[in-house]
Amino acid sequence: MDIIVCIKQVPGTTNVEVDPLTGVLIRDGVESKLNPYDLFALELAMQLNAADGGQTSVISMGPPQAGAVVREAIFMGAVGGKVVSDRRFAGADVLATSYTLSQGLRKMADFDLLICGKQTTDGDTGQVGAEIAEFLGLPHIGNVLAVEEIKNREIVVKVNLDSSIVRQKLPLPCLICTDGDINTPRLPSYRRKKEFNEASLVFISLEDFDDKDESHYGLSGSPTQVERIFPPEKNQEKQMFHGSGTELAANVYALLHEQKFVD
Amino acid sequence: MAYFKINQELIDPEKAALLKDICPFSAISSENGRLEISAACKMCKLCIKKGPQGVIELVEDEEITLNKDEWRGIAVFTEHNKGEIHNVTLELIGKARELALVTGHPVYALMLGSDIKEAAAKLLHYGADKVFVYDYPELADFKIDLYTNAFSDFINKVKPSSIMVGATNLGRTLAPRVAARQRTGLTADCTRLEMKENSDLVQIRPAFGGNIMAQIVTPKHRPQFCTVRYKVFSTPAPLEHFNGELVLLELLPEQLQSVYEILSIEEKPREVDISEAEIIVAAGRGLKSKDDVALIEELAKLLGGVSACTRPLVENGWFDPKRQIGLSGRTVKPKLIITVGISGSVQFVAGMRNSDCIIAINEAENAPIFDVAHYGICGDLNEIIPQLLEMIRGEQEHGL
Ligand SMILES: Cc1cc2nc3c(=O)[nH]c(=O)nc-3n(C[C@H](O)[C@H](O)[C@H](O)COP(=O)(O)OP(=O)(O)OC[C@H]3O[C@@H](n4cnc5c(N)ncnc54)[C@H](O)[C@@H]3O)c2cc1C
Ligand SMILES: Nc1ncnc2c1ncn2[C@@H]1O[C@H](COP(=O)(O)O)[C@@H](O)[C@H]1O
Repeated sequence: MDIIVCIKQVPGTTNVEVDPLTGVLIRDGVESKLNPYDLFALELAMQLNAADGGQTSVISMGPPQAGAVVREAIFMGAVGGKVVSDRRFAGADVLATSYTLSQGLRKMADFDLLICGKQTTDGDTGQVGAEIAEFLGLPHIGNVLAVEEIKNREIVVKVNLDSSIVRQKLPLPCLICTDGDINTPRLPSYRRKKEFNEASLVFISLEDFDDKDESHYGLSGSPTQVERIFPPEKNQEKQMFHGSGTELAANVYALLHEQKFVD
Repeated sequence: MAYFKINQELIDPEKAALLKDICPFSAISSENGRLEISAACKMCKLCIKKGPQGVIELVEDEEITLNKDEWRGIAVFTEHNKGEIHNVTLELIGKARELALVTGHPVYALMLGSDIKEAAAKLLHYGADKVFVYDYPELADFKIDLYTNAFSDFINKVKPSSIMVGATNLGRTLAPRVAARQRTGLTADCTRLEMKENSDLVQIRPAFGGNIMAQIVTPKHRPQFCTVRYKVFSTPAPLEHFNGELVLLELLPEQLQSVYEILSIEEKPREVDISEAEIIVAAGRGLKSKDDVALIEELAKLLGGVSACTRPLVENGWFDPKRQIGLSGRTVKPKLIITVGISGSVQFVAGMRNSDCIIAINEAENAPIFDVAHYGICGDLNEIIPQLLEMIRGEQEHGL
């Protein structure tokens, strides 16, 4: 089972704020990390390799710094990885990101299984996996809790739907997106860190793709556009209460009483 | 089609530094006096709006000609379990009706399944002008390939301008697959929707992992696709008079061939769903120890409600993930929510701002939660909650 896991570098902190009036950036700690949801995907891949053989590579689209997360995945057990990076990919929305990754994946060695995380922590919500699958013409399934069996070029997965748990079988190659928290990801290994070979990390750009038409990537290839960003609006009619703990408790009590939540 | 043009001749070190600072995504760098924008760029355009004038420009070239008039209607994907319609679908039909007032477009519902005509007819009561139905035994269970085929077939035949899908696990799996097949945009988890007269759907959601809202449009593509979570919009009342119609659509045999095989379906036991609760007491990082959770739970219990929390309290293991409110948790719309020691990040607020009555307890006068609260209680939760519990308990004893 040769596997490729899609991993993304995300901001290490959730507190990246822009003051929309002054445009001044309020950054506290700008370090980046590997998207935590992708760790479950990586761990699943490692476990499948341990059980059925084969190896895992990773792919990440982002600025050159994204090499850091590919390295981390290699320290965890991946044999190598590609960073898809080009300034012409700037401003990519879900569709353009997925298309770019699908082009990058076509340049990787053959695989049996593609695994994506549930979602990224920097705002998006689990759409990239399904769109990659569509661009590659592969079957896909989301919210995978476990891989139960791989036999005769078919995979049996347990899927978390809204009101039920469904077991289903689909043919390889295919793409699965893991659900959150399905395993305990391993830590990067010190030995693998020491043995790291720079050649296992490869950067590719638009030049390497089959489709070199710039208009299919980045902002040009993105149907959605951010028209404006703004701070959430405020509720002007609020009523504020100040005072001692006892006074405030009494205020809350009175409010609850008034609105018949306590009687 | 658009790209950023950097006017390198206007750059000096000072401007370069300023631009680097303005970019929230560290996408701007300069080397040997040349400015570069990397793939980290999210096109927030702050560098154009806030940066030194003229250095970076947005250049739009060759417009794709899209005839927006060819795309009419606001369509809602119907989520159901064997004909039992999920409430998020009704909420979206209600919203679609509101949006349709701007453009005069019809409101459509799309329903896929087996033996569902009767169930589909119910949607007419909520104001759908047409309910399009694909009724095939093959569609009885959710198979992504067949559902994508049917959904795309609907889009190709009916050409709706906007499409809304409930952001359930099923919706989140299906919507991106269909959007990619149509080569169009998709905006997940919108918290507000508006309609422009030219039929552009304005999609608003918290974004960039920070305390900011983004307004997103899909100006040159149709259909416009978005997902919306359960409880973000209100359920409309059924209409007394309605004159919509049911329309059966057909698929070709090859569109009904699946590579998926369902082996078993196990219904999940029904759990406390905070989305359904009418009264919620929500705890945040203002709680200093795990023992304080008991206070929150007691308050919830005394009020006949449920307890819930912010993400950090799930991360540190004090609460079950199903109790988390917010962008990456549940959306709630209770009659009453009391937030205790919660700052009010956009991600949290996105999951509760439509609650009927919001009482916020926080010791910091400038906590953003006070911007959405109806009643702001500025004080220490450790003093307020125990006394409040006593008052309510005392009352209940009196009642005995
Ligand atoms: C993509 C993304 C998705 C996210 N999704 C979610 C989500 O779904 N849900 C969610 O909750 N978060 C989410 N977050 C995290 C979110 O940004 C905030 O970090 C989180 O909501 C903060 O939780 P909090 O209010 O409990 O903690 P804090 O922000 O630390 O606030 C604690 C508050 O308690 C007050 N306080 C402290 N002591 C006392 C006291 N003794 N008495 C009274 N008040 C006191 C403080 O003044 C402060 O305002 C998400 C972040 C990202 C980037
Ligand atoms: N830039 C990227 N590079 C590699 N993988 C990505 C990227 N963006 C998203 N993914 C994958 O798609 C999943 C869902 O991401 P999202 O749709 O952004 O929430 C992630 O968990 C990753 O596995």
